[in-house]
Amino acid sequence: MFIFVARRLAVAIPTLLILVVLSFVLMYAAPGGPFNSERPLPPEVLRNIEAKYGLDQPFWKQIVNYVVGVVTQFDFGPSFQYKDRTVNDVIAQGFPVTLTYGFWSFVVAVTVGVSLGVAAAIKQNTWLDYLAVGISIGAQVLPNFVMAPILLLVFTLWLGWLPGGGWNGGQWEYLIMPVLALSTSYMASIARITRSSMLEVLNTNFIRTAQAKGLPMRRVIWHHAMKPAMLPVLSYLGPAFVGMITGSVVIDVIFSTGGIGQFFVNSAFNRDYSVIMGITILVGTLTILFNLAVDILYAWIDPKIRY
Amino acid sequence: MPLLEIDNLRVTFSTADGDVNAVNGVSFDINQGETLAIVGESGSGKSQTAFAMMGLLAKNGRAAGAARFDGKDLLTMSNRDLNQIRAREMAMIFQDPMTSLNPYMRISDQMAEVLMLHKGMGKAAAINEATKMLDAVRIPDARARITMFPHEFSGGMRQRIMIAMALLCQPRLLIADEPTTALDVTVQAQIMQVLGDIRRDFGTAVILITHDLGVVAGFCDRTLVMYGGQIMEEGPTDDVFASPVHPYTSGLLKAVPRLDRADATLATIAGEPPDMSRLPAGCPFSPRCAQVLDNCRAERPVLATRGNRRRACHLPIKEVA
Repeated sequence: MFIFVARRLAVAIPTLLILVVLSFVLMYAAPGGPFNSERPLPPEVLRNIEAKYGLDQPFWKQIVNYVVGVVTQFDFGPSFQYKDRTVNDVIAQGFPVTLTYGFWSFVVAVTVGVSLGVAAAIKQNTWLDYLAVGISIGAQVLPNFVMAPILLLVFTLWLGWLPGGGWNGGQWEYLIMPVLALSTSYMASIARITRSSMLEVLNTNFIRTAQAKGLPMRRVIWHHAMKPAMLPVLSYLGPAFVGMITGSVVIDVIFSTGGIGQFFVNSAFNRDYSVIMGITILVGTLTILFNLAVDILYAWIDPKIRY
Repeated sequence: MPLLEIDNLRVTFSTADGDVNAVNGVSFDINQGETLAIVGESGSGKSQTAFAMMGLLAKNGRAAGAARFDGKDLLTMSNRDLNQIRAREMAMIFQDPMTSLNPYMRISDQMAEVLMLHKGMGKAAAINEATKMLDAVRIPDARARITMFPHEFSGGMRQRIMIAMALLCQPRLLIADEPTTALDVTVQAQIMQVLGDIRRDFGTAVILITHDLGVVAGFCDRTLVMYGGQIMEEGPTDDVFASPVHPYTSGLLKAVPRLDRADATLATIAGEPPDMSRLPAGCPFSPRCAQVLDNCRAERPVLATRGNRRRACHLPIKEVA
């Protein structure tokens, strides 16, 4: 197991390097640069600025410098857009916000999604099943950019119960709508996956054995069916968790939460190279880590999987 | 009073193509400590008969008639009441030992939960008891191996574990649904040996469901032959084997390979097993019967009792070849 984790972490290093190089290539392939604006800067000014940020150097050297800076000093460079702020500052400011509402969205999506899916599977083809499937299809076709304005309309404009935006240190009133808007479609997917995998498990021979042993239905579900039914859900949850904690531009823009989702998209528009790279590496690293976590959980659930 | 009394049992599955009648009015008894074989080919309704008794029919299946265990009807009982009988009074082992144990749980947990639930034992005592039962079905080194997972055992070992698990509460009836079908021939013999020992030591009544006549001979007191969801004939095993009174049984017996006659060609019963959603109006076996009479196709023969034997056939007994 230790060797497995060590090897996976070792593989993560070249993976991240490839990610860095590909992102660099794509960034530079996109037309324009960080200092292009509607009113062009005088050429000599532009040259000075580019020299200051190292953009005058050959492409390969920029990558090498960048990687060396990241590896040796954990320095992701200065932002090209936000003056006097480093990428580390930008992430330090935005990431706790997305982490907070992302984490709660995850909790809500998993709790509600799994409960709905299990309930629907146990009561297959009853009104409860149809209701649960209905809710999850409804939630699936309501993407967050539709969900968010609807929530605003109802809870802020009509009912006046919740503030229409802002973060305010993540107080619960400010959290509710971002969490609801972000979690619904994940919740729907989790419910669907849970339902179908639970149905599959409930049809297996070992569940029939459990019933023949005279176990109450509750015990059959929780002790015998839950673990295997959660395996497909688990492989979905790894990437989904990363998706949620790295936030969403829609949430950040509509609710003015100030998370990194917004910074990420703005940086792409502004060709803010260092911010693009910083957030890309953050998301990449988290993805690798949580996929590893999922694999470890898999081995914990399924005794046939041994690394 | 018989231990179990099946009275006109019917099992119907609703499918997209209409209702399928898997079991069509089956009646039989089994007494305390008795061994009954239910024999038939795939789709004859023998397994569904057992599943109906255990309340294990698939969701689209429903059972009618009655199945009285100790006088209480299992078919109309609530799930809660049925759970008091399952494992405690009546246990079942299944055809496929490779998939019948939960692959995600240790054997110790799977076995202990039965005793903890039905006998109110503590976990340590339950595991201790389970280990003894594994010894009884001759799992070598049971004390160490009980904490293993199912995939660490062979098919034969897993079936022994299933048997041990079924016997934990010392039920009065054990239903064995094709317990040896998925196993190697040498392992089959060992499993039958274990079942025989169990019956002797615990006095458990056994219903052995099988299509393998070789397994039945020498193990079961009585044999019941099913076809098309109905009973074709029933009687003491020795009598049924020595002088079958139904053309289907006689055909089945001729189809058993004989190792002592190298030259003999293996007899088969011509035709296919019946389509259970479109059974003939008369005897379900009539389309394949070599001795079919005119009224066999139109008129379903009744299951008539004569002495200790029953049969459903229009053909006079003496003419059964």
